[in-house]
Amino acid sequence: MDFSYNEIQAMLDDSVEKFIANDYDFDTRQKYAASERGFSPEVWQTFAELGWTSVPFSDEDGGFGGGPADLMVLMLRFGKGLVVEPYLANIVLAGGILRRAASNEQKARWLHPIIAGELQSALAYAEPQSRYDIADVRTTASADGDGWVISGSKGVVFNGGNAELLIVSARTAGKQNDEDGITLFAIPADSDGLSIRSYPTVDGQQAAEISLDNVAVDAASVIGEPGKGFAVLDATIDDATLAVCAEAVGIMQIMTDKTVEYSKDRMQFGVPIGSFQALQHRMVDMFTDCEQSYSLLLWATMLTGQGDAGAKRAISSIKYQVGSVGRKVGQEAVQIHGGMGVSWEVDIAHYFKRLTTIDQVFGNADWHLDRLAG
Amino acid sequence: MDVTLSAEDLAFREEIRAVFRDEFPEDIRRKREKGVPMEREDLVRFQQWLHEKGWAGVNWPVEYGGTGWTPVQKYIFATEMAEADAPPIVPFGLSMVGPVIYTFGNEEQKKRFLPDILASKVWWCQGYSEPGAGSDLASLKTRADLAGDHYVLNGTKTWTTLGQHADWIFLLARTSTDVARRQEGISFLLVDMKTPGVTVTPIITIEGDHEVNEVHFEDVKVPVENLVGEEGKGWTYGKVLLQHERANIAGVAISKYRLRKLRKQTTKSVRGATPLCEDRNFMRKLAAVEVDLRALEYTELRTLAAVQSGKAPGPESSILKVKGTEVQQAIDTLYLEASGYYALPYVQEQYTLDRDPADWVGEGAETQTSLKYFNYRKASIYGGSNEIQKNIIAKHVLGL
Repeated sequence: MDFSYNEIQAMLDDSVEKFIANDYDFDTRQKYAASERGFSPEVWQTFAELGWTSVPFSDEDGGFGGGPADLMVLMLRFGKGLVVEPYLANIVLAGGILRRAASNEQKARWLHPIIAGELQSALAYAEPQSRYDIADVRTTASADGDGWVISGSKGVVFNGGNAELLIVSARTAGKQNDEDGITLFAIPADSDGLSIRSYPTVDGQQAAEISLDNVAVDAASVIGEPGKGFAVLDATIDDATLAVCAEAVGIMQIMTDKTVEYSKDRMQFGVPIGSFQALQHRMVDMFTDCEQSYSLLLWATMLTGQGDAGAKRAISSIKYQVGSVGRKVGQEAVQIHGGMGVSWEVDIAHYFKRLTTIDQVFGNADWHLDRLAG
Repeated sequence: MDVTLSAEDLAFREEIRAVFRDEFPEDIRRKREKGVPMEREDLVRFQQWLHEKGWAGVNWPVEYGGTGWTPVQKYIFATEMAEADAPPIVPFGLSMVGPVIYTFGNEEQKKRFLPDILASKVWWCQGYSEPGAGSDLASLKTRADLAGDHYVLNGTKTWTTLGQHADWIFLLARTSTDVARRQEGISFLLVDMKTPGVTVTPIITIEGDHEVNEVHFEDVKVPVENLVGEEGKGWTYGKVLLQHERANIAGVAISKYRLRKLRKQTTKSVRGATPLCEDRNFMRKLAAVEVDLRALEYTELRTLAAVQSGKAPGPESSILKVKGTEVQQAIDTLYLEASGYYALPYVQEQYTLDRDPADWVGEGAETQTSLKYFNYRKASIYGGSNEIQKNIIAKHVLGL
């Protein structure tokens, strides 16, 4: 039994920590978030050069051969650094589909440039009506000669406005909520009939509404087997869920640390507010919630890494945890920071927003608790 | 990172599991199954059975007859013991005073007391709290005044669990008032309950049982050789004792066993009724407690893994008591809610070995759920209330 990082994980952890300390302070992050594309292309290149974009991919795919634990190490740090670069969209979501289901030709065409940091991509899986059901797909793809014609709407596509390549789930058979009959397509963002409405999200990131109006693609655009896209999508969303949980735990930890430090400095009534028992016990609860969440994260990450049959429930457990307990930690951090906690110029406010949006995606706390109750 | 057990640990688990399955005293097993309360004799016999197996001193070093087990082996043992639905080990001798004696006692005391503690031949109880000293333990008033070769002990201890069965009591008493800090001048004494001047009066707790007592000392003569360690250093020894208590303090193994049993129970339909698992609200609450318990289990394992690899446990260990008791009480609440109307009947006398469960009021032992719920409100109060634990974490972990 061992809960420590191995040598490679320790190096990875160290390199991200140093990068954030030296090159990615809060003001810099804010500048990147407010820039035209909503992230820094230079920083993204640095991620590729340092090998971070290759972490979850196998050696054959030109990757680092890492597993969920390695990804966890990165995401914990990205959470603490409040990183806005589209790692989740490119590497975990679009990359996750490609590494699982793409042919070698498709990987050479799309995955390798993604890993090299040269191609921006996005996975368009959610639809305006689908909420957390990834099988709820109204977008249709009809066979047309050798190719396909796709029509429909995709909602809140992370990195959708920046993406040059979109991976889109579309229905090629079955009813609106059937798991069978979903097919995954790789579509260049400049295809005819595609319109992309890009916008910032409240957490400083970027997303887009995408509509497809008779977009024609060739047979080589199908990723994996036609009609069998659900399993690929489902496994990829599980990965992404676990990844944002690690990000959330990183955010919870740093919000707790910053709150404790703030309470030692902030003087009221002639004493530091951290000397008040009413606040001390609340900060102890925040600390406890962080430790418990980190424990669950380790458990879920290890089960996923072992391909354990219980991994899906474990992922639901940690997502429920960071959704429910994370909300409490975030709200307490803001409350104890007082007016500073709701000020745009103070980092706590922005950690709080990211932590809040993490609960809104890939199934919220209620949704995952329901899965566990059954 | 790796959570799998080694081949040796797996073999160890099989060995423990087989002994609990094949050799566990049958009548105690039947009493546990039927919810019959454990009597003094049952608990003693169970612990003597553990001693026969060499398992009584779970946390003790080998030189004093302990198991010498690794932290992971202790964890496995606790799990198997819970899975066998064995009664809990009475902590006062084996987990509390034993470690204080082998850590701070002199050779004479070790020889005199340790073998009987290990063999459960002597029943110990604890004298810490007083009517005026609960969370503020250092304000204790019990006095031990030196008079030649003995101390004269006067005062009252309270909440003394199972003191009615005890042969000996270990206690903290003030031996000096001329001190800079209130924590000084307190000594750790061992007292024979048969000494003239010792009287025990019962306190009946909320569920109606006689579990705790007041113990009164009136001019009780305690020989100086019953002082453990140095006079005036008792507070330090008492704190070490609380650290020993930390092993399995979270009660994870028992909570896991109880929660799994409850989930299984919810699928049973009684007299054609809709089973409880169809009640979405209840099942969501159950699932939430399961998540909390799983997190606690891994927090405890992180602590064990640190100790196993020779490191000091990290700050995560400080939350075990608070979180462990919160989870225990949440499980008690779920059991209570699962019982519906049958949480009401107060029919403890029906739980005897010779009575057929078919004649009981209520299905299974469900009328006991409310009593356990009431009784276990104590868990967040004893051993340093959870608020005191939070004060300690705020000061020593968060540096506030």
